[in-house]
Amino acid sequence: MFENLSEKLQRAFKNLRGQGTITEENIQEALREIRVALLEADVNLNVVKELIEHIRAKAVGQEVMTALSPTEQVIKIVRDELVALLGKDTARFQFSSRPPTVILMAGLQGSGKTTTSGKLAAWLQKGGHRPMLVSVDVYRPAAREQLKVVANSIKAKIYEGDTKGEEAGTPLVERLAKEARREAVISGCDTLIVDTAGRLHIDTDLMDEMSMLKSLLAPQEILFVADAMTGQDAVRSAEEFHKRLALTGVVLTKMDGDARGGAALSIRHVTGQPVKFIGLGEKPDAFEPFHPDRIVSRILGMGDIMTLIEKA
Amino acid sequence: SRTRESLEDRIETVLSMTRTVDDAALEELEMSLIASDIGVNVTTEILDALRERAKRQQIRDGEELRSLLKEQLKAILDEQARPPRTVANPPEVILMVGVNGTGKTTTSGKMAAHFRAQNKSVLLCAADTFRAAAIEQLEVWSQRSGVEMIRSKQGGDPSAVLFDALQAATARKKDYLIVDTAGRLHTKAGLMDELDKMRRITQRFIPDAPHEVLLVLDATTGQNGLQQARLFTESAGVTGIVLTKLDGTAKGGIAVAIARELKLPVRYIGVGEKIDDLLPFDSEAFVESLLG
Ligand SMILES: Nc1nc2c(ncn2[C@@H]2O[C@H](COP(=O)(O)OP(=O)(O)OP(=O)(O)O)[C@@H](O)[C@H]2O)c(=O)[nH]1
Ligand SMILES: Nc1nc2c(ncn2[C@@H]2O[C@H](COP(=O)(O)OP(=O)(O)OP(=O)(O)O)[C@@H](O)[C@H]2O)c(=O)[nH]1
Ligand SMILES: [Mg+2]
Ligand SMILES: [Mg+2]
Repeated sequence: MFENLSEKLQRAFKNLRGQGTITEENIQEALREIRVALLEADVNLNVVKELIEHIRAKAVGQEVMTALSPTEQVIKIVRDELVALLGKDTARFQFSSRPPTVILMAGLQGSGKTTTSGKLAAWLQKGGHRPMLVSVDVYRPAAREQLKVVANSIKAKIYEGDTKGEEAGTPLVERLAKEARREAVISGCDTLIVDTAGRLHIDTDLMDEMSMLKSLLAPQEILFVADAMTGQDAVRSAEEFHKRLALTGVVLTKMDGDARGGAALSIRHVTGQPVKFIGLGEKPDAFEPFHPDRIVSRILGMGDIMTLIEKA
Repeated sequence: SRTRESLEDRIETVLSMTRTVDDAALEELEMSLIASDIGVNVTTEILDALRERAKRQQIRDGEELRSLLKEQLKAILDEQARPPRTVANPPEVILMVGVNGTGKTTTSGKMAAHFRAQNKSVLLCAADTFRAAAIEQLEVWSQRSGVEMIRSKQGGDPSAVLFDALQAATARKKDYLIVDTAGRLHTKAGLMDELDKMRRITQRFIPDAPHEVLLVLDATTGQNGLQQARLFTESAGVTGIVLTKLDGTAKGGIAVAIARELKLPVRYIGVGEKIDDLLPFDSEAFVESLLG
């Protein structure tokens, strides 16, 4: 349906065959195509601008190689640039030397925090850990019930606590968090996953609540759970969450769809924190560590040409 | 003579200045459109038309350009607006559909309250039998809005609950039946077929139903929104958009692209998590905030 970026680039480079150098003039159209491709993949406007300048600087003056066509050569530059931005290695997960390791889940409404909390617990269990779950979402209807159903389905421990008669608000959140931590220690759990209510980055009260949770629990990991379908606004929310909480990583959810996932680049760019996991479905096992090189070909909307380039 | 030259020079300078103001203003507008998630295609289209009109109407000033652009955006949205519908035989059936986590359940609850406030009778149908505690979530909304709800148990067949709800709504002579469905990605053929099936069941029960199939779209959604709208329209026959989470910083520009390319109107917007945080769509206010 869509013309592939590599086809567009081939068109842009049709006069540049076999020999010569890539110049300011003959790369102009190619850069325009790359810019459009990145924007269509939801990479943030300013990030795109910066990337294009890097790519231009790297490409101009390059001799056209014999092993690769000019198109492939430029795509290689683009790819390397994106991989570099995302960080080359798959990130590691941090554990505390003094258990329980606390993992705080943060993010906008509906991004996938509760589901991901369950996935993370299942992943930890598989790795031989003993996680405990707690939901401090005292606001959204049936949010705590949802985590309970998820926990039961994977046979993970959950601290339910008692909220009866107490008004929904930060004091209740604080009490539940404290109790859960104590419970985790008592029952010998080595990790505590704290599922929080979805909140807007501009909601001062609820952002203050996040800060409170951070200072109360001193989490090893503060994961920003973001929807892969997010557009240009991703940088705003991620930046604000990062400013407030000093995030340690990102989970990109709903990657089982056809979103190109350019938000990953934007979020990485503004937070400097790696994407650690991706969510690939609604079930607890639809979860994987993140591989930067895989998402790059997805963002650019091309799979086949990548393998070619990697061999060159 | 010297004076004449310098006058010409001055005119020349002024002209080139206004021309740069013009270009810079256009570029600035282009950036704000792309930043609002309208997308490159529609942005280019809109700006080409704008450039054309600006030339014809001799517009150089940035502020004037801006109001022309607003007019243009508003026209795209208003073109899809439809007069309120009257349903010959109630209940009017409204199906809420969309990808995961956009706000279908919350909007179902808000909408139930919205119609109740107009003294209409409403029935809710909990047809998300898949997601953990989705039924319990809608149940809270049913209590908040004082609207009855038809439910089954988790893991049940959504079509069966829908059938029960259609029967109940008809028997109890309700004005509205609001059906909350499970979130699903538009790429999952099996799940999309399930929506198609639900639509057909509704149609068999009430020939001109579902009267409204609302695609609930998160305002933070980027370019994938178009594909969502396309595929949900194919399977579920979407008739309109609800744009949620506009209380954040996202502008929801993808709704303009959807109106332009798929001819779908925006019906309501969500501006918070509380029961009255649902508003009828107002293209003027929307466009204002889009460029703000
Ligand atoms: N397809 C798909 N759906 C997902 C994924 N992760 C979460 N979801 C779905 O997205 C929706 C929202 O997920 P939740 O886990 O409830 O999101 P949340 O961030 O806890 O939401 P709030 O607590 O309301 O802010 C649910 O329908 C989940 O099943 C994923 O990786 N893929
Ligand atoms: N800020 C804000 N949050 C909203 C709005 N509408 C819904 N939400 C929140 O978004 C999250 C997801 O809403 P739901 O109604 O559960 O979404 P859903 O589409 O039913 O989700 P699934 O059934 O899991 O696909 C919840 O935390 C809601 O409170 C809105 O207009 N503004
Ligand atoms: Mg949640
Ligand atoms: Mg729901």
